[in-house]
Amino acid sequence: MELRVQGKTVYAATGGKAFDSALPAIVFMHGAGMDHTVWALQTRWFAWHGRSVLALDLPGHGRSDGPALDTIDALAEWVFAVLDAAGAKGAALAGHSMGAFIALEAAARRPERVRALALCGCAAEMPVSEKLLNAGLAGEHLAYELITAWGLGRRAQMGGAEAPGTWMSGGALRLLEHGRKGVVGIDLRACDRYKVSAAAIQKIKVPAVLVLGSHDRMSPVKAAAPLAAISGAKTIVIDQAGHMMMIEQPGRTLDALRTLL
Amino acid sequence: MAEANFAKFDTLSLHAGQHPDPLFGARAVPIYQTTSYVFRDTDHAAALFNLERAGHIYSRISNPTVAVLEERLAALEGGVGCVATASGQAALFLGIATLMGQGGHIVSSASIYGGSHNLFTHTLPRFGIATTFVHPRDTDGFKRALRPETRLVFGETLGNPGLEIMDLPAVATIAHKHGVPLMVDNTFATPYLCRPFEHGVDLVIHSATKFLGGHGVAIAGALIDSGRFDWEASGKFPTLTEPYAGYHGLDFAEEFGPGAFIMRARAEGLRDFGATMAPQTAFYILQGVETLHVRVPRHVANARRVAEYLTRNPAVEWVSYPDLPSHPDHERAKKLLPKGSGSIFSFGIKGGREAGRRFIESLQLFSHLANVGDAKSLVIHPASTTHQQMDAAALKAAGIGEELVRLSVGLEDPDDLVEDLSRALRAAQPRRMAAE
Repeated sequence: MELRVQGKTVYAATGGKAFDSALPAIVFMHGAGMDHTVWALQTRWFAWHGRSVLALDLPGHGRSDGPALDTIDALAEWVFAVLDAAGAKGAALAGHSMGAFIALEAAARRPERVRALALCGCAAEMPVSEKLLNAGLAGEHLAYELITAWGLGRRAQMGGAEAPGTWMSGGALRLLEHGRKGVVGIDLRACDRYKVSAAAIQKIKVPAVLVLGSHDRMSPVKAAAPLAAISGAKTIVIDQAGHMMMIEQPGRTLDALRTLL
Repeated sequence: MAEANFAKFDTLSLHAGQHPDPLFGARAVPIYQTTSYVFRDTDHAAALFNLERAGHIYSRISNPTVAVLEERLAALEGGVGCVATASGQAALFLGIATLMGQGGHIVSSASIYGGSHNLFTHTLPRFGIATTFVHPRDTDGFKRALRPETRLVFGETLGNPGLEIMDLPAVATIAHKHGVPLMVDNTFATPYLCRPFEHGVDLVIHSATKFLGGHGVAIAGALIDSGRFDWEASGKFPTLTEPYAGYHGLDFAEEFGPGAFIMRARAEGLRDFGATMAPQTAFYILQGVETLHVRVPRHVANARRVAEYLTRNPAVEWVSYPDLPSHPDHERAKKLLPKGSGSIFSFGIKGGREAGRRFIESLQLFSHLANVGDAKSLVIHPASTTHQQMDAAALKAAGIGEELVRLSVGLEDPDDLVEDLSRALRAAQPRRMAAE
C-alpha cells in the first residue's frame, strides 16, 4: 500500500492482506540499502495470522519517494508519521541492522506508541569502514559486493537456501544494485554516526527480543551485549546465521519473532 | 576489506547449494527420492501452501536434491534463482509462459535449435503467441521486429548449427529500451565459457542434458533468472506485477522484488504445467556440473585441434567455428567467449548429401545421434534430422545447407579423433577425389 507521509509517497508491503488498523500492527524496517522484500518470509505469516503488517520502504528506498533521511533520529521520528498516516495509534517495531537502530530509537522516544520491539542483527554501535562508506556514497559496485560478502554468514555464502532454488548471494547483490545510487552510503553513514545510549536503553520498557546470528560478522553477538540491558529483553541466537538471518534462515527468524510479536 | 571474497567458479561447481547432510554427514548430494514432506502441524502446512514459509511440499514444485542443482546453476550463471525442469524445452516453455499469454509476441534469432524453432513456428501460435525471426547477426533487425505486444527477445549464445554469435549487449539494449527482457539459451557455451548475465541478458535457459551433465544419461533443463529486469518499470508483465488470484492476490514483484520471475515460474509453472525434474536426474546432472570446469577446457582444446585439421582437409568445403579467424564472428567470440567457443561446430563436406551420408556411416569413434555436449564425440546431419521440420526457406535463413555436418567434439585423445575423421572423409569421397 502507498501512504502519504510528510508530502511524500511511502510504500509499505502488507503481507498480502489489506492493512486493518483494528488489528495489532507490526512495522518492519529494513537495513542499509535494502527494501521491504527482505522480510517476505516473515511478513506474510504475520499478516495471515491476525496482525496488520507494514513492511516499509524507508525514504529513498524501494518504492518510496526520496530523498533518503540521513540520521537515525530523523528516521525514528518519521516512523511515527508513518503510523499516523496509516491510522495506527501504536505498533510493534521490528528492525534489521539499521532498521533495528531506528526501531530502538523510536521506542526510546515514544514508548507509549510502541507495543513491542524486535531487533534483528543489532548492536550497540555499528562502525563502518571508511572504504565501505566511501564506496557506498559513491554508488560503487564494490559497496554492494562487500555488504553481500560480509552480510551473509559463511554457511549461506555456499547456499542451502530455505526457499528452494534461490541463490542468496545473487539475491542480496541484486537487491542492493536496484537501490538508488549513493543511498546505501547515506544509510551506512547514519549507522556509523549513531550509538545506542545508556539513556535510550533505560527508557525502553516494552517487551523486547534480540535476534542475533551466531556467525554475524557485521554485528557480532558480542556487539549486541549492551542491548541485553533493555528491561526484560530476551536474546535468541540463530545458529550458523550471519547478518542476513531473515534470508539465510527465514523459518527460524520467523519463529524467533513469533515469540514476541 | 579491500575486496569482497566470494567463492570462485570452480569452487561453486563443487559446493554451491549443498552442505554435508546433517543427519549422516553424507558428502555427496543425497537423492531425496520422495514425493512429499511431512508437515510439522496444520499451521505449518497452511503457511507453506500460502508462501508464508519457505520449504518443500511436493516434489513437483520442489525437491531437496533438485534444489541443490538449482542453486548451483544459479550460482554459476550469477543469477538470483533457478527452476530445474524435465528438459531444456520445458525450461523454454516455462520461461515464455511465465512472461506472456495469448496475444504475446517473441522476436527470436533464426539460428536456434530445431525444437525451439518448432515451438515458435508451429506450436505457440495455437496458444496465440506469434514469433518473428531475425538473423542473429542482424542486430538492427531485432529492433525492427519489435511490436507493441512483444514480450521477449530470444537467441542462443552460439547459434545452432551455424555458431553465429549475437551481439548480446547490443540486442539486450534494444530489448530493454522496448521494456522487454532478453532470454538466451546458453547450452552450447555453458557458464564456464560465457555468463550471459554479464552481457545484459536477463534470463538464461539450458538443456542440462548436454555439457552440464556431460555423460549423456539424463534429459534435463534449467531456467535461470538474473533478477535484473525491472518488471514494474516495464509495465508489460501483469503476471509479475499484478495480484494473482492463484495465490490469494499475491503480487510477485511487490513481494519478492528481484526474485519475482523465478518465484512465479516455480509457484505457477511447476504447480500447473508440471514439467518437473526428477531427483535422480538432478543427481546425475550434479555429477557432471562438479567437473564442468575441468571438462570444458579439454572439449575446447580438442575442438580447436579438430577444426584446424578440417580446414586443411581437401574434402572439406568450409569450417564454421568461431575460434577460427575465418569465422565471421571471430572478433565477437574473443569478447564474449574469451576462453573458447565450445566444442560444437559445423563444416561443409564436398559432395553434398551423398558424401555426408557416406562420411557419417564411415565414422567409428564419432557416434551418429541426436545430441551434443557428451563426453563422447558425436556427429549429425541437421538438414535430415534435428532441423528436418524446417522448410527450405527456413533452412536457408538458419544457414543450414545439405552439405552441413555438425560435430560435437568429445574428450577422446585428439589424435584418435583426427584419424577417425580422416578415414571417414576419404571414404566419403569418390575414388578419383580421394586419390587426389
